[in-house]
Amino acid sequence: MANRRLAPAAAQPQTFAFSPENAEWAQGQIEKYPEGRQASAVIPLLWKAQEQNGGWLPRAAIEAVADELGMPHIRVLEVATFYTMFALEPVGRFWIQLCGTVPCDSCGARELKDYLQRRLGAPGHVSADGNFSWLEVECLGACCNAPMAQINQDYYEDLTPDLLGTLMDDLAAGRPVKVGSQVGRTSSEPLGGAETLTDATLFDGSRVGAWRKRFEEKDAEDGSEAGRAEAASSEQRAAVEPKPARPDAGRAVGTAATDAPAQRSAGGETPVKSGDTTAATESTVQPNRPAHAASEAIAKAEAAGSEAGTQSALPRNAPPPQPATSGASVDADAPAAPTKGN
Amino acid sequence: MLADRDRIFTNLYGLHSPGLEAARRRGAWDGTKFFLGKGIDWIIEEMKSSGLRGRGGAGFPTGLKWSFMPKQSDGRPHYLVVNADESEQGTCNDREIMRHDPHLLIEGCMIASFAMRAHACYIYVRGEYIAERIALQRAVDEAYAARLIGKDNIHGYPFDLYVHHGAGAYICGEETALLESLEGKKGMPRLKPPFPANMGLYGCPTTVNNVESIAVAGTILRRGGAWFAGLGTKNNTGTKLFCVSGHVNKPCNVEEEIGIPVRELIDRHCGGMRGGWDNLLCSIPGGSSVPLVPAEQIIDAPMDFDTLRNLKSGLGTAAVIVLDKSTDIVRAIARISYFYKHESCGQCTPCREGTGWMWRVLSRMAEGRAQKREIDMLLEVTTQIEGHTICALGDAAAWPIQGLIRHFRGEIEKRIDLYSNNPHSEPVLMAAE
Repeated sequence: MANRRLAPAAAQPQTFAFSPENAEWAQGQIEKYPEGRQASAVIPLLWKAQEQNGGWLPRAAIEAVADELGMPHIRVLEVATFYTMFALEPVGRFWIQLCGTVPCDSCGARELKDYLQRRLGAPGHVSADGNFSWLEVECLGACCNAPMAQINQDYYEDLTPDLLGTLMDDLAAGRPVKVGSQVGRTSSEPLGGAETLTDATLFDGSRVGAWRKRFEEKDAEDGSEAGRAEAASSEQRAAVEPKPARPDAGRAVGTAATDAPAQRSAGGETPVKSGDTTAATESTVQPNRPAHAASEAIAKAEAAGSEAGTQSALPRNAPPPQPATSGASVDADAPAAPTKGN
Repeated sequence: MLADRDRIFTNLYGLHSPGLEAARRRGAWDGTKFFLGKGIDWIIEEMKSSGLRGRGGAGFPTGLKWSFMPKQSDGRPHYLVVNADESEQGTCNDREIMRHDPHLLIEGCMIASFAMRAHACYIYVRGEYIAERIALQRAVDEAYAARLIGKDNIHGYPFDLYVHHGAGAYICGEETALLESLEGKKGMPRLKPPFPANMGLYGCPTTVNNVESIAVAGTILRRGGAWFAGLGTKNNTGTKLFCVSGHVNKPCNVEEEIGIPVRELIDRHCGGMRGGWDNLLCSIPGGSSVPLVPAEQIIDAPMDFDTLRNLKSGLGTAAVIVLDKSTDIVRAIARISYFYKHESCGQCTPCREGTGWMWRVLSRMAEGRAQKREIDMLLEVTTQIEGHTICALGDAAAWPIQGLIRHFRGEIEKRIDLYSNNPHSEPVLMAAE
């Protein structure tokens, strides 16, 4: 956990109020959520308050947001101290958040950290001219463009100490800077340009609607027109070849059963083995089971996992249901495959 | 290599406009009304037959997850919540979807909401992605203006989409913590059951899906579940955005079939391994939460859920962190441990206390300032944390350390030996003659 405290009383302003345009913006945010759920807007409002207050969040702003949303002060204070993007102490005009996690670290974030340490001193302090303060933060999610830093609201990627130094000089002097990659990449494509996504037909609109063919073909299969054509051809065939085709009852024609009870009794064996009956019982009972029992088992397994970017217990312990193959019709309510554990 | 025509995210690198007109030329919003007209059962069936597994890390089948939502509304509204709180180390693919192909995501939200009878959807974007949030909001506004979504839209299904954001907490990527955060509280995971499909956002039935899982839905319906299932390998179907970072010549995001071998992935798209393949030390194949896999095991391994699980790791978010032999591996894992110490929400004791303890021990081990018996003690503590917390962050903190000890115990022991052989860093003082 991060250890976070409010700024000392001496640094705290006495009052805070949203500017008229921010107050209007805040109303727009609150309207996104259902009636009585205006507390949902607490993070956006605190964020706006921080922006209005020069990049940090004083106690007065926390209390103002709480009053605005009708929340107890302590609940908003909890939120403000829990989420690390709320700076609780004053920051520099340019607030540098340097990503120091493994992908950036392995690509040179350590040199950037040394550089900032030399130039600005210890993290968390505003430089003497008031321009900069910096902090090493956890993954900022631009790992293919490592190492990178977020300065105020913008990402600056593919940095080296020299590039960062120039960038800081430019920012301090008010010169325009380029946001994003500092070595000429558009975004996260390989340096020097991608070899993929070069097919021009992807972008000229020529593939729009191509998918409809799939449904038209399918319609033709079960549609009346195709059916009529088939009926006509079989009539013609009947005229030439009067013998009606023997119905094969859905079995593969021409392959004899190799192990059937009738053959066994002809060969002097026991026609029905005890193993056969159990197998048959199981296979007939299986599909009649209540569908929700299997769903529940899956839901239980899901409980152990999460979308938090971690491997859930389900893929580790039990195979996931098999995807149904194309063309097979599976009842939408039933699980695609029986699962273990019920 | 995956053919360009089979790629879903055709504007991955932002070389074309993310706007609605250009997105339509690339195929977004094409036939959405037709698919909604096919009905809920058809959509869920198609998603199930595609074999799509959730792209957020756990790999849970997406079609199945959608089908868990109640069939009959009991008066409570249903919600779809899209998890765009992408904070796993090494993962940066959702970012590209939000800023370069946002209309695929919005279309997917519409389809998924329809399939789960939801009329409102929240996209929870991580707080640091400010430019991405603005880009996504712009696309949402475009979709509203074109009446593709909204109360009275051309698809005839009332649907509202809202962009919400967090403020820098990794734990909010866990689905129930995300819901808590969306309700305006601290992001602390909830106990399950009740599951979100019964009691989620505001106590209403909710499904939380990853950005990529939702954004591929439109294309899957257009091309058919069978097309998607035909890509990749059995049980690991389709394409995935791989984020390759670390010591490769050209780190990049790229969409590839699941099951592509690591060597092919890096040679084709990332300009090869820095210093050649002999220089590979290990790789963390699915974001920092999964254990590392040493070079000889990972180098020709197909990148899919099942193979990597058998290597005692996981595909996770397909964020491949490649580390070469210049890496101080103990220090790197100690840095990952620091991350989990920093991001633990503090709710469960094993995680709150354990993550800090593990980080402190590993930091000493990185210097060699430890006892060899502490290696086993550390391993023991990781198993005490794993599986004893409400959410999976405890597991995620334990697994990288288990991977380190499993494969690099010798390296830790070597450091301890080196340190104990040289107990004083100062030169030995000589008596004056």
